[in-house]
Amino acid sequence: MCFGPFPLHQTMASRKESAASGSSPLETPVKQIQIDGLVVLKIIKHYQEEGQGSEVVQGVLLGLVVEDSLEITNCFPFPQHTEDDVDFDEVQYQMEMMRSLRHVNIDHLHVGWYQSTYYGSFVSRALLDSQFSYQHAIEESVVLIYDPIKTAQGSLCLKAYRLTPKLMEICKEKDFSPEGLKKACIGFEIMFEEVPIVIKNSHLINVLLLDLQEKSTVADKHELLNLSSSNHLEKSLQLLMDRVDDMNQDIGKYNTYCRNLSKQQQQKQQYLQRRQQENTQRQSRGEPPLPEEDISKMFKPPQAPPRMDTLLIAGQVNNYCQNIKEFTSQNLGKLFMAEALQGHSS
Amino acid sequence: LFQGHLKSFLICDLEIEEMFFKFKNFLLIREIHVANVASTGFCQPPTSAGGQQHESHGDLRSLSSSLFIIILHFLYEIMAVHGPVVKIHPVVLASIVDSYERRNEGATRVIGTLLGTTDKHSVEVTNCFSVPHNESEDEVAVDMEFAKNMYELHKKVSPSEVIIGWYATGYDITEHSVLIHEYYSREAPNPIHLTVDTALQSNKMNIRAYVSSQMGVPGKTVGVMFTPLTVKYVYYDTERIGVELLQRTRASPSRTNGLTTDLAQVASAAGRVQEMLTTVLSYIEDILSGKVMADNSVGRFLMDLVNKVPKITAEDFESMLNSNINDLLMVTYLANLTQAQIALNEKLVVL
Repeated sequence: MCFGPFPLHQTMASRKESAASGSSPLETPVKQIQIDGLVVLKIIKHYQEEGQGSEVVQGVLLGLVVEDSLEITNCFPFPQHTEDDVDFDEVQYQMEMMRSLRHVNIDHLHVGWYQSTYYGSFVSRALLDSQFSYQHAIEESVVLIYDPIKTAQGSLCLKAYRLTPKLMEICKEKDFSPEGLKKACIGFEIMFEEVPIVIKNSHLINVLLLDLQEKSTVADKHELLNLSSSNHLEKSLQLLMDRVDDMNQDIGKYNTYCRNLSKQQQQKQQYLQRRQQENTQRQSRGEPPLPEEDISKMFKPPQAPPRMDTLLIAGQVNNYCQNIKEFTSQNLGKLFMAEALQGHSS
Repeated sequence: LFQGHLKSFLICDLEIEEMFFKFKNFLLIREIHVANVASTGFCQPPTSAGGQQHESHGDLRSLSSSLFIIILHFLYEIMAVHGPVVKIHPVVLASIVDSYERRNEGATRVIGTLLGTTDKHSVEVTNCFSVPHNESEDEVAVDMEFAKNMYELHKKVSPSEVIIGWYATGYDITEHSVLIHEYYSREAPNPIHLTVDTALQSNKMNIRAYVSSQMGVPGKTVGVMFTPLTVKYVYYDTERIGVELLQRTRASPSRTNGLTTDLAQVASAAGRVQEMLTTVLSYIEDILSGKVMADNSVGRFLMDLVNKVPKITAEDFESMLNSNINDLLMVTYLANLTQAQIALNEKLVVL
């Protein structure tokens, strides 16, 4: 899984200062996202052309921040990472691209990145790290997740996510042990927050769309009303089962850790007791007591397993379940429509 | 003699052959006129002649170029098209409009490179980027370094796209266009020139494509002519869905539109089908009442439509429907169960 594009700290330094010296950080600095139609088309095209075989396609979003909403006005794709591209420098590519775009008056502030996803499986460590580094540099950045398979089924599926402030704090501390997470009391539901999206088009683009509608042929495939659901459901359920298996393993590991910990506590207690008994015996016999040994060296506490993975898996499972529920509700609607059609003709 | 011909073109409504005949005449007459002074050709050829000659024939050239443009627009719809079909993706057009909106102060038009793929009979334009350029009365300067750089960067992302031409906003093809076209013909074999009329001169955004070809009398002066090509819009399936969503911004006054929830999408699709059915029904009623002539091919389509609803016995359909609904409900139940489980697990760990 390749990492997302990196934010450019040099160019962002000045913005960060202004952001820090400005108003205090709000709970949610971004209430809404406004996307230009052009960006939507570009993302669709990028996936369609380059993303058929591999897992994900990624790219950078450009735009600006207007009061409490984020406007995304342009984007450019990121080339795929391949092992034989040793001399390929991502940061250099990004810098050159932005410099060139600045010449043609395109907003050169990058405010986030986008990624395509396969059946909704995007909650992963790589995404978390990338988004964290983005949000750390630019407070309002978002990650746009584009689901091409759901879009092909009939309606555009584009979602914007940010990390919640709590998760940001935890990532900053890098404290992923159970105690750390317990302290922050973070659950999988408050890892990512979804920001509502609004699509905006300028007047000239509206004219263009009018022209296109007149001249282009009517679509002959209306995928939205397709009744066949088993294929999609199978794949989704398969992914869900895999994740649940992962979760099981993780929980098992955590359980063994807890058991080991409690066993160790017991052993410690026993040892101390025996020590005390021996000491009293020796004292009664008049011998010097045994030296106190370092208990902590004898009983090394077992390694606490990192809990971040569990959180991520839980988040992913939650996402799958949401998607499946949406899909099934749509299909139920379609089935009832089909019933109405049959009833009418019979 | 010369002006007489010009007037006849501007005023009357001619047949194509007649027009061609007069056009050829005009060329011949001008040929004689030109041979006397050995000046530059009809449209400026790639290697331009000296400056003084330009001035002396400035009015001739401007007249002829405006005449040429009038003829071209007249002929665009009618003339037989030779050359590849140009297939454009909507993302290219949106990009062009966007770069026009962001143009520098004082620039009247924007130019840029078109990327895409070609095959024997068609050219598919899938991407583009704008190139900064300066244009004034006498000269035009295009930042070629920039163009090369951008092309390299784009190639890294999509290695299969090549330069297939260039675009310009605006209604006319000017002399500068010829120069720029010259440059692009060095980059790509037989480049396409695309014009998008963003100034909306004819209340529409005319999107046209041209290819250049040699013209003139061989041996004497040779010029360049832009022949129009057919333009088609092609979409990937997902692109079409995206464009449909974007179409909805036309309706709202603030030009914005949110993404809809799942059931609402099915409802709107059902609404669309209903609309289509009502249109068809009203058409049928018109035919039945005799208002409209019945058309056999349409009748065949209607038969197809009605037959598409499968005829299944009621019990079979019931059982099919029920089993499907059961499947879906079961999956929903499992999904909800899983979600409850992980929430519970979360709480237990925290304890």
